[in-house]
Amino acid sequence: MRARVLVRPKEGILDPQGVAVERALPALGFEGVANVHVGRLIELDIDDASRLPEMCEKLLANPLIEDYEIVEPA
Amino acid sequence: MRFGVVRFPGSCDEVDAVHACERVPGASAQLLWHRDPDLHGVEAVVVPGGFSYGDYLRVGAIARFSPVMESVIRFSRGGGLVLGICNGFQVLCEAGLLPGALLPNDHLRFRCRQVELEGVEAGTSFTGELTAGERISVPVKHTSGRYYAPPEQLESMHAQGQVVLRYAPGHNPNGSLEDIAGVRNEAGNVLGLMPHPEHAADPLSGSDDGLRIFTSIAHAHA
Repeated sequence: MRARVLVRPKEGILDPQGVAVERALPALGFEGVANVHVGRLIELDIDDASRLPEMCEKLLANPLIEDYEIVEPA
Repeated sequence: MRFGVVRFPGSCDEVDAVHACERVPGASAQLLWHRDPDLHGVEAVVVPGGFSYGDYLRVGAIARFSPVMESVIRFSRGGGLVLGICNGFQVLCEAGLLPGALLPNDHLRFRCRQVELEGVEAGTSFTGELTAGERISVPVKHTSGRYYAPPEQLESMHAQGQVVLRYAPGHNPNGSLEDIAGVRNEAGNVLGLMPHPEHAADPLSGSDDGLRIFTSIAHAHA
């Protein structure tokens, strides 16, 4: 099964990558953009998707500083 | 006193760390290869700086699972002294041996410069040679050194005296919470810091203040 995991910086923790992108966009003429956050997309083929949460907790994300969301396409 | 210095693929400060350990009177040091789980009877372990396993995924995230780290984790649980510098600090946080995490610098730039540190907790196994509030001069060089711990964790760290080193006022190079530069675990046998005492262990490098971290370890062990 193909699975996707989205990893985001936890809310409330300064995300300097998001800030940098947010500041760069108006310079290119893209106005009206706010609250930019930069995270990671992890795609993988997996036999047993029930193991994904444990995988996220142990390696794919650091739960102290990141939130993760498991997306399993049909 | 026998120091062991871990070498991962991507480590780059292990040779300076060996040199710093060897400058401690009566001490010797050897490298510990990442695939070898045998710590060869060393009495303290240094996890050095660099870019272990390319820093893929997150800094320190992959190195934590290497065979040598499994042994270092067991060694630390038995009370063994472990010092993590820069990338080594990131690895120890990822391994759960130290509280908190290291985030990208608030300005997103690689920062390489000499900084002043204040000893917050003197008399630990890593700062026995410092007096409280004393300043030492050592370099930093990193992109992900912004220390973070959730508020409730930070509170408990303060209560246990786990914040050991701070950047002196005006010297915080990365946006670290409360200017935190180095923390220890609750038991007090594991210390991680972003600045590089091993690069300030010889008067030739402009400061040998960092050597006192290594001599403190040797004295704590004796």
